[in-house]
Amino acid sequence: MSQADLSIHGQVSRTSATEIMAAPAFSVPAKKMAMWLFIIADTATFAGCLVAYGFIRNSTPNWPRPFHSIINVAVMTLVLLTSSLTMLIAVRSAQKGDKAGAFRWTMITAVAGILFATLHIREWMGMIGEGATLFHNPWGTPLFGSLFFSITGLHLLHVTGGVVALIAVGLRYKGGRYRADDLEITGLYWHFVDLVWMFVVPLVYLLNVAH
Amino acid sequence: MTTADTHANRGLGKDVAVYVCLLVLAGIQFVIAYQDISVSQMFVRMLSVAVLEAGLALLFFMHLSENRGLMWFVLIFTVAVILGMQYGWTDSFRLSYGVPWAH
Repeated sequence: MSQADLSIHGQVSRTSATEIMAAPAFSVPAKKMAMWLFIIADTATFAGCLVAYGFIRNSTPNWPRPFHSIINVAVMTLVLLTSSLTMLIAVRSAQKGDKAGAFRWTMITAVAGILFATLHIREWMGMIGEGATLFHNPWGTPLFGSLFFSITGLHLLHVTGGVVALIAVGLRYKGGRYRADDLEITGLYWHFVDLVWMFVVPLVYLLNVAH
Repeated sequence: MTTADTHANRGLGKDVAVYVCLLVLAGIQFVIAYQDISVSQMFVRMLSVAVLEAGLALLFFMHLSENRGLMWFVLIFTVAVILGMQYGWTDSFRLSYGVPWAH
């Protein structure tokens, strides 16, 4: 192609090149793709923690099984699973253009997150009340406390971050600064937090129920 | 029609059905916790249910079922990373039971 062709068709060529460069991977917008990459990386973090926990639990004779009641954990699971559904309703409302409904359901999801965190702290206080700390517990190996508080603490940190994100994105969506897409991306993160809990509950709590 | 339009036009019926399935599966995990079986059997059963739950959440709550390319991308990367972490298990058994070939 000559210089003249380039100057004549320069605009068209540049547009085509821009379109090619901007074509999103897997037809997923860049913001959403960034969230998926974060989720994959965070999966590795949690998987690392849970595999390390499994390794230590497996190689430690007489691993403590201190959980006599799992009602609190069952309620926490119910709250978190339900919050995933309310998040879906929020996103669906936003995509339909129902701004008030989307905001309301996002805030309901955030309240569910706060309720989950409160129940989580209640669970922790109960454990601490029985003498469990990061490096000490009355049931046997001190590694139990380290692993229990680290894994559940990491998850609680994610829930807390999620609640802050839900409130911030919800308010900005209501104010017109964010769109339905932004709410959907926050929803992806929230579902991920729920997904991680599906592995934390059986491995950290249910395998250690006292019989 | 955009993906957002597709999501918006679909009813909540499927989402509620998936939610109920997840509740039932979570309930099964709690039932398994009180079965009179060994820890390893319990671990396998609970993990299988958890994988099923995660699959449902990924496919329907996170809409991976609507984008096969992204689904394979997420699946291959995640499974590869998780499989890469499994190399230490034999050593954890050795610490518990001693070297098996020594007996």
